[in-house]
Amino acid sequence: MSDAALQMRSAVDADAAENQAASPRVSDFVALLKPRVMSLVVFSGLAGLLVAPGEIHPLIATVAIFCIAIGSGASGAINMWYERDIDALMSRTKTRPLPAGRMAPDTAIAFGVTLAVAAVVLMGLIVNWTAGILLAMAEAFYVFVYTVWLKRRTPQNIVIGGAAGAFPPMIGWAAVTGELALLPLLLFAIIFMWTPPHFWALALYRSGDYARAGVPMLPVVAGPKATRRQILLYSLLLVPLTLVPYGLDLAGAVYGIAAAALGAVFLACAVAVQFDHSERAPRRLFAYSILYLFLLLAALVADSLLGLAPAAAAWSLHL
Amino acid sequence: MARLDKPQNKNLRRRNIALLVVLAGLVALFYAVTIVKIAGNLG
Repeated sequence: MSDAALQMRSAVDADAAENQAASPRVSDFVALLKPRVMSLVVFSGLAGLLVAPGEIHPLIATVAIFCIAIGSGASGAINMWYERDIDALMSRTKTRPLPAGRMAPDTAIAFGVTLAVAAVVLMGLIVNWTAGILLAMAEAFYVFVYTVWLKRRTPQNIVIGGAAGAFPPMIGWAAVTGELALLPLLLFAIIFMWTPPHFWALALYRSGDYARAGVPMLPVVAGPKATRRQILLYSLLLVPLTLVPYGLDLAGAVYGIAAAALGAVFLACAVAVQFDHSERAPRRLFAYSILYLFLLLAALVADSLLGLAPAAAAWSLHL
Repeated sequence: MARLDKPQNKNLRRRNIALLVVLAGLVALFYAVTIVKIAGNLG
């Protein structure tokens, strides 16, 4: 941890100690759950659940999605507790409840850990333990592998750490089937490959923030030119990967057409980042990457609901 | 970080271009297969 971050952690904790009497608002607890991240996590989990073969009681399905949401939020809360020092140094995050002194660190970590455990136990007991264990793995990966181990140590932080965000489709699928198959594993791989261009686009126009906080994001360590090249390379791996489910009959024509069209736009945005060195191109890629993942998964779900995915359940893996 | 000398830089640049060409080829191949399959499905 850098000296600036260590000093900032002490300052944040001292501020919070002074404010112990002031109780945090409900909105602070909501902010701790990172609702915007949660929405994409929930949607990808729901997509995994909806494309899985077999039946699930609507109430059990609701509990499964609720547990994915709470597990994601809990991981976010623990992440914010651990990163309160560097959050205070970045303009994007300094108004969060902990660096702003509206919540005591002990409250945040207790809230996060309680929700994280509750989500796994609830998933295991009410849905099934395959989904429960996958949820526990996602939480542990985000907290220990990404937040604690990688984020402050390597510019590959979001490449490896991105695996945490790729778990939800597998969890949704396992909630229905109690096992895994090739399609949810491909969805894991797609989100894994999607994460680096998504985050590095953001990091390109926020590199000053990350440099101030001592976070070794790729643009800070290797510079914008290397980052732009890496964005293009990962995009060139991502787009063909999204075409695989259709090629293997795991998804139907709606998904095939959507993946091809959306992927072409994604590549165009990634190429634009190579040539347009202003903030505009990475901002556009970042915004489009979110829409891209939503639409790609929506097309997969539409295919499944229309019964156009002939071999979605192929290559099931009994766990 | 140690700076690369001119031949090393040239070599790295060649490898990057080769990787880019291979990946672009992969994209073209997958798109070709997808388009043929979609045409088959619609036809």
